[in-house]
Amino acid sequence: MWEIGLAHYLTVAAILFTLGVFGIFANKKNIVVIMMCIELMLLSVSINLVAFSAYLQDMVGQVFTMFILTVAAAEAGIGLAIVVVFFRNRGTIEVEDINSLKG
Amino acid sequence: MTELPLMLPALPEMVLAVAAMGLLMFGVFARGNAFTACTWGASYALVIAGLLLTAGLGTRVEAFYGQFVVDDFTRYAKLLILVAAGSSLLMARRWMIAEDIQRFEFPVLMLLATVGMMLMVSANDLIALYMGLELQSLALYVMATLHRDNARATEAGLKYFVLGAVASGVMLYGASLVYGFAGTTGFAGIHAAISGDAAAPVGVVVGLVFVVCGLAFKISAAPFHMWTPDVYEGAPTPITALFAIAPKVAALALFLRVLMEPFQSLQTDWQQVLIVLSVLSMVVGAFAAIAQENIKRLMAYSSIGHMGYALVGMASGTSEGVRGVLVYLTIYLFMNAGTFAVILAMRQQDRPVEAIKDLAGLGRTQPLMALAMAIFMFSMAGIPPLAGFFAKFYVFMAAVDAGLILLAIIGVLTSVVSAFYYLRIVKVMYFDEPLEGLDPIRCNALRVIMGVSAVVVVFFFLSPALVVDSADVAAASLVAAR
Repeated sequence: MWEIGLAHYLTVAAILFTLGVFGIFANKKNIVVIMMCIELMLLSVSINLVAFSAYLQDMVGQVFTMFILTVAAAEAGIGLAIVVVFFRNRGTIEVEDINSLKG
Repeated sequence: MTELPLMLPALPEMVLAVAAMGLLMFGVFARGNAFTACTWGASYALVIAGLLLTAGLGTRVEAFYGQFVVDDFTRYAKLLILVAAGSSLLMARRWMIAEDIQRFEFPVLMLLATVGMMLMVSANDLIALYMGLELQSLALYVMATLHRDNARATEAGLKYFVLGAVASGVMLYGASLVYGFAGTTGFAGIHAAISGDAAAPVGVVVGLVFVVCGLAFKISAAPFHMWTPDVYEGAPTPITALFAIAPKVAALALFLRVLMEPFQSLQTDWQQVLIVLSVLSMVVGAFAAIAQENIKRLMAYSSIGHMGYALVGMASGTSEGVRGVLVYLTIYLFMNAGTFAVILAMRQQDRPVEAIKDLAGLGRTQPLMALAMAIFMFSMAGIPPLAGFFAKFYVFMAAVDAGLILLAIIGVLTSVVSAFYYLRIVKVMYFDEPLEGLDPIRCNALRVIMGVSAVVVVFFFLSPALVVDSADVAAASLVAAR
């Protein structure tokens, strides 16, 4: 009885994207949570693209999604590597402790 | 048999990518430290790519099924990027060895970042835009963290990574909306979809705003500038020198193409956003830098201000404005390369120092270096007849001709404010008592870059046509394409 259409997918993607952005700025605990939020943003974009792709009957959106997934994997790899190096130097990955540079 | 896509226009990028992979293999398998060899190899690759750029001058070619475009605009911007990358590579060599971070990955990452920037400049499709931007950003995140035993460098890298990834995500969300509502990712297709008689769909306008926010992040325009001072201060200085020039040239060139080609018919919409970004950047760059004690931090705020001036030209949205931005970037490159050569030469007892007060008395201890620094500072403040004056002149003229007189007035006022902190450096160098004095410069690359930049900045007024005419041709090729 309920028809799931383009608008529903876009709404879900918009909610996920907003959650991701808010998670990054509201989070005061852990950098790993921030990385999860970044991933959430990229995945919400992928939902958007796939929904548009199906709606427009056009493959480009799905190709774009494959590129995003690949880049997101590389990005997560580099991000985690940077977090590890940071932890070795400072012994913590609390967001509040990232404070030696300011002014 | 399927036809292969036309790939030849991307030859400079391919040379750099192959050189990066070759040098990576060489660095891994070489006995001993391959840093110096890789640095020279990367420099040669940059020179070869620069020579290959000249192929087909004056023509517009599309490759990879319209994903990739080469015209005079991209050639001009790529030349600036190659010069910026090459000069920071040469400046970095002695510094990296002195600081004991001579890793061969540095030139390799520099080449990969350069390929990413050149792809950004040549992007003719949202997918190509994203891939170029990410190739550049991922390489730069690692470069910021290159000094991995240093707590400040790793913190800078972490901040750069988190905020850069957020910016990419925001831009991507905008790209997905543009794709959905325009029905294509190609720039030409988007232009065709939204330039009809009917008003552009709201989704495209919302998407455009997201894309503009993401790109503003990459050029560190206020209010998206908060990462810049921390990253500039924390990253190793030669890498800060790269950050200050090459990625900004690439992102501004990309920004220009996105606004002038696919979204040209939405000019009234994006013009307002750009004016806000531009005014905020100029104000932040002028006022926040006043209180800075660290010269790298000061250069960060200075670069935010300079991006504000470049955005003045972009906001005018005319061929003249594009020309103004290109001239601005050219002069900005020389001023910044020279200033960072001076900052890299600031060493006391073989330790790098970066406080402004360490420059005290430089006018007496090292008159030539102080003279060069004074020239760069006067030029950045926009005092005629130095090059920095002409840079501002061309963007403000474009803004006035486009009817944005108030914007030009704000620009002139903020440049008066920013003159305060540039002139403070000159005052510290010439009128303060030397505290400890700096070590004499030992690196020839620094001397050469300082000298060449100073000569360019001082004698630019003799024949501004040299730069302005080529920028004019480049701007015409971008504006004519639409």
